[in-house]
Amino acid sequence: MNDRKTIELVTVIAESVLEKSLSEDIERLGARGYTIQDVRGKGARGYRAGEWNESSNIQIEILCDEAVAREIENHLNETYFDNYGMIIYTGKVSVLRSDKFSKI
Amino acid sequence: MKGGVELAKQPFIVLVPQLFVVLLIGFILPLLLFPILKYLGKFNRDDAASIAAHYGSVSVGTFAVAIAYMNSLDIEFEEYVSVFVVILEIPAIIVGILLARGIRKDMPWGKIGHEIFLGKGVVLLIGGLIIGWIAGPDGVTKIKPLFFDLFSGVLALFLLEMGLITARQLSSLRSYGPFLVLFGVITPVCLSLVGILVGLLLGLSVGGASILGTLTASASYIAVPAAMRISVPGANPTLSLSASLGVTFPFNVLVGIQLYYLIAKQLSTIL
Repeated sequence: MNDRKTIELVTVIAESVLEKSLSEDIERLGARGYTIQDVRGKGARGYRAGEWNESSNIQIEILCDEAVAREIENHLNETYFDNYGMIIYTGKVSVLRSDKFSKI
Repeated sequence: MKGGVELAKQPFIVLVPQLFVVLLIGFILPLLLFPILKYLGKFNRDDAASIAAHYGSVSVGTFAVAIAYMNSLDIEFEEYVSVFVVILEIPAIIVGILLARGIRKDMPWGKIGHEIFLGKGVVLLIGGLIIGWIAGPDGVTKIKPLFFDLFSGVLALFLLEMGLITARQLSSLRSYGPFLVLFGVITPVCLSLVGILVGLLLGLSVGGASILGTLTASASYIAVPAAMRISVPGANPTLSLSASLGVTFPFNVLVGIQLYYLIAKQLSTIL
């Protein structure tokens, strides 16, 4: 418990079709890793049931430094917000072994 | 896989002209549809290109139903027609992207190519063809119970599942008006004529020509939506999907395939 530290948790919910390009972007912007889940839910674009390619969503969680988090936010905002269903939210979380998540 | 087994029996060189003509159809169909959608349907450029790509490409599900239909009536057809599915699936996507975006240097062709050629559908189809081709008629007897005998049962399950998804598309269709519904019914009939005529002229049997007609009539709802979403993000995905999945797919399955077979039979007596 000696190296507990507070870092940024970025959560992105987006259309599944973007999985490949988003994961590439996230790594390129300096995140060391990410976790992806299939999710479903309702929002501005109606209910997305997730049983069909076109109506399925993914949730990506990224633990990273604040600077990387801001870069990811800005990049996704500029690249995808206009044409794709996507939401991003961030928050502080405390983690153990925080060196695993900081930019090399 | 059956197609691959048949390929193994055919001298490949005989098929090359057929495959080339079919490939050409794949490029031409979306080009024909695009102006209709843009000027008659009053869709914007992105939507018109996307819908044209959906209808230029093919539906593997519809193809499977056509095969089952021919089998149930003992109609003979060239088993290697499954090669046509692969050939017709891809060109429309490329044409659709070019129609929407023009020729530009910054297109992520690598990503798009990956989506097109390594999508699940194409990999399974080509994989099956290659396995059948290498194994030949004797080699596949061991896996026959799973892949050939269960075909109808699995198809029935697939169609039930598709029925549920299609029903959900219908609700979004109401908001897009009658043009899309008309387009979804008239287009496959017109396009089937292209496939049937070309098929008969290429020397295919009536069954083979009806299947090629079914392929040209069918619209994609798996590979093309994904590729279009990535490469033409401005196009509304519900628009093309409601038409292809909500109208054309059920039309082809319920009415189209029988109709195309009848047309092929009539035309073969004239030609």
